[in-house]
Amino acid sequence: MPPHGLRPQGRDRAWLLLLLAPTLLGLLLGALGSVVATAGLSLLHWDLLTPPGWAGLENYADLAGDRGFLKALGNTLAFSALYVPLTVAISLGIALLLNRRVTWVGLFRALYFLPVITSPTAVGLIWSWIFAQDQGLLNGIVTALGLDPVRWLGPRMVLVSVVIVNVWGAVGEGMIVFLAGLQAVPRDYYEAARIDGARPRHQLLYITLPLMVPSLFFQIVLSTIHAFQAFDYIYILTRTGTGGSTLPTVVYSIYRTGFGFFRMGDAAAQSLTLAAMILVLTLGYFRLQKRWGMPA
Amino acid sequence: MTAVLALRARSARPRTLRLGVDALAYAVLIAGALLMVGPFAWMVSTSLKLPADQFGHALIPPHPTIENYLSLWKIIPFDGLLWNSLKVAAISTVGQLLTCSMGAFVFAIVRFPGRQVLFVALLVTLMIPAQMAAIPQFVIFKFLGLYGTQAPLYLPGFLGGAFGCFLLRQYFLTIPIELAEAARMDGASLLTIWWRIYLPLARPALAALAIFAFLSSWNDLFSALIYLPSDLEQTTLPVGLALMQQQYAAQWTVMMAAVLVSIAPILIAFSLAQRHFIEGMALSGLK
Repeated sequence: MPPHGLRPQGRDRAWLLLLLAPTLLGLLLGALGSVVATAGLSLLHWDLLTPPGWAGLENYADLAGDRGFLKALGNTLAFSALYVPLTVAISLGIALLLNRRVTWVGLFRALYFLPVITSPTAVGLIWSWIFAQDQGLLNGIVTALGLDPVRWLGPRMVLVSVVIVNVWGAVGEGMIVFLAGLQAVPRDYYEAARIDGARPRHQLLYITLPLMVPSLFFQIVLSTIHAFQAFDYIYILTRTGTGGSTLPTVVYSIYRTGFGFFRMGDAAAQSLTLAAMILVLTLGYFRLQKRWGMPA
Repeated sequence: MTAVLALRARSARPRTLRLGVDALAYAVLIAGALLMVGPFAWMVSTSLKLPADQFGHALIPPHPTIENYLSLWKIIPFDGLLWNSLKVAAISTVGQLLTCSMGAFVFAIVRFPGRQVLFVALLVTLMIPAQMAAIPQFVIFKFLGLYGTQAPLYLPGFLGGAFGCFLLRQYFLTIPIELAEAARMDGASLLTIWWRIYLPLARPALAALAIFAFLSSWNDLFSALIYLPSDLEQTTLPVGLALMQQQYAAQWTVMMAAVLVSIAPILIAFSLAQRHFIEGMALSGLK
């Protein structure tokens, strides 16, 4: 990029600082500073009421033996392992179908997008009514088919149910990204392929999908980050009377430890662990992409 | 017109096969759309039923009533919740628009030492999980004495933000720099150029960011849960709904009325400006 822009002179230097101040403050307090601060907090025992005590790496050592946390870790991993591929595959599928120049594309797009804009808290309540054990809609259908009612949010099914709702809420967003990617594929490619006698199936395999790899990759990374941070639907669907969860995830555990029990040191250690996991996975994806030699 | 084009484009393939594939595509799309809309339809239906009818699984309420909507205001301070949500979302949206555009303007048109490094640092913050920033932020707000007030919900909006800054900077870069140079010849300061030239020209990008910022704040459960977990006078809709869930567990007809009222403003805005919502989100690709 050629040097672009004005050089501030005289009074403009003061304006420059003023204009930049919120962003600098945000970097310091909100973003980069928070990593340092969280790392610092994770070395303390602190309940915000009594003076903090030094913990060193104790909080981390405790995590390794903390059954509740290990369970949360397992739940987050299991949730992500189901959520990421399902969300990516289904939103790509919808985008491919919509890209066939169907009529009412606009209407379909809007309908699939509804859950993306509506509050997950509110919509989570609709789902908890649909999943309700006694008289919920889903069990109404199940019993009408002559089967036994299912405890959708009970220990055996809760992971599946929560994944269904989260995927349902996310496919609209992925669809939009994929649709934008699909529409960027030059029409000539298909034209040329058709002249060479390529079947629609071959066009999909040898033109569309390879060209979609960058958006596919982007969407996988993004879904993974979302999966590790999922909270709202899980809170509404799985919260128990005592404030726990029937499917506690790492984020849920951070929420309870930090803001329910005010154990700031433990919560900080947990959230640093979560951030490290996201970082490792993202870097891993980047390595994989390089190895395949795909254009980024 | 599009239909004609579509026909022409596909005319090379056998007609019956094409019809079959199209029919299948439509069937899948319609089934999917029903799955998307189904829960919302069920919400509307339940909210119009008498409590006695809630467990019958009829989609059309046998004895339609608006009683649930009326009782909503009696059991929970719903006006207050709506107002609080609106207030918090509006203030933090204004904050985002102002501070992000200030930062974006500087990154786009001003040359100063360290610009590149700062911008990269800003982009790196996109990777930091929100829950991580929440812990030190909580400590800060607690010691500022702002725990239990609405300030922690909107003040962070005034600290810029990587996403908004990036979005607006990309847009600002498309505005010819000559405009700014000419204004400067005429003696305009940076502040004037930002406010009088760049902001008015960037309306579409500002609209996209406004929608995004408003939605994230309006729908934000996590922050409200942390700072205002139980104060119905102060808290926002998501926490209000979560509290209602605990208290009125099996009264689904009233619950669904509450859900509908709480998402109605967003649904109305979406139906009016659907294209802007979707394009704004597509631009972001990030939530």
